[in-house]
Amino acid sequence: MSGHVVSVKNYVLIFLALLALTALTTGVAFIDLGPYNTMVALAIAGCKMMLVVLFFMHILYSRNLTKIVAAAGLLWLMILLTLTMSDFATRNWTPEPSGWNAGGKSSGAPAPAGAATAPSTPATESH
Amino acid sequence: MAESQAVHAVHAHQFEDLDQQHDVGTLGMWAFLATEIMFFGGLFAGYTVYRYLYLPSFEAGSRLLDIRLGAINTAVLLGSSLTMALAVRAAQTNKRKALATFLVLTMILGGVFLGIKFVEYAHKWEHHLVPGLHWAPDAEEVAQIQGLKPGAAAPQVELFLCFYFFMTGMHALHMIIGFGIMTVMLVLSLRGRFSSEYYSPIEVTGLYWHFVDIIWIFLFPLLYLVGGRY
Repeated sequence: MSGHVVSVKNYVLIFLALLALTALTTGVAFIDLGPYNTMVALAIAGCKMMLVVLFFMHILYSRNLTKIVAAAGLLWLMILLTLTMSDFATRNWTPEPSGWNAGGKSSGAPAPAGAATAPSTPATESH
Repeated sequence: MAESQAVHAVHAHQFEDLDQQHDVGTLGMWAFLATEIMFFGGLFAGYTVYRYLYLPSFEAGSRLLDIRLGAINTAVLLGSSLTMALAVRAAQTNKRKALATFLVLTMILGGVFLGIKFVEYAHKWEHHLVPGLHWAPDAEEVAQIQGLKPGAAAPQVELFLCFYFFMTGMHALHMIIGFGIMTVMLVLSLRGRFSSEYYSPIEVTGLYWHFVDIIWIFLFPLLYLVGGRY
């Protein structure tokens, strides 16, 4: 039976590296780096993930097909996060056309047509 | 008798040989893990959106968590990944006693992790900080939450704690499922079903356990560290 056997020493070294990275990321949380705190924390988490995937999960010694499937999982997660955030992060980029707010409201979410009159109309139909 | 069965492991009839059977099993597990990435991915995406919208509250919520217990738990879970990797290695090198020992050690470390998690949950319960079930911080506690970070609002901190409980809860559920799988593996290994010729179930169990570890590797910074402690 095949299957690459990693030495005990290497497994322990990987484990120690993972512990060191955990200590590092915890320590950085006590230093104010502004927005970089999150980036550093995620970068360290990414390094830890790669160590676990490559050595503990034997991806380094796996067939290429297995590597592709593993990478595909990560790729689709990135697509999910990127497309979701490309919506939320850009919602305020385009100014609201002023014609939509002819009623006088200068800011806030664009109200659907007829919403302004809704409170004065008795909501008899919605029962 | 069980010994001789294991040494001459026979591959299932649809495979060429044991090697191919092993590769197919591993590949199938990775395909399953890809679906698991998407399962947790939904939670991570939801977290990202609301963290973007309510950053101060999420940082305040993060400061409510015990960073020390979180870091200890990370170390404990990484330790259980090490013992799991050594269990797979023991199977690869035909060391059956070591295989059983490392499986038990992995389960013990996993149990320690869940124990610490339980202490954290209990602490949240005492402080009325469990959304839905037990959310009733008094005026003083609300003022304290809002004082953790300028711009924080109690309802948004409640949302952060929703994510906290759902994400760590789903993670803990996966660990409990892992205990079930490992119990079966332990029984099978004690019956001598695994050898250096045939250890795919141990390898696949290891992949599952390491995956659960990776989820925690990301949950720890996202939940415990993003608020900072400076």
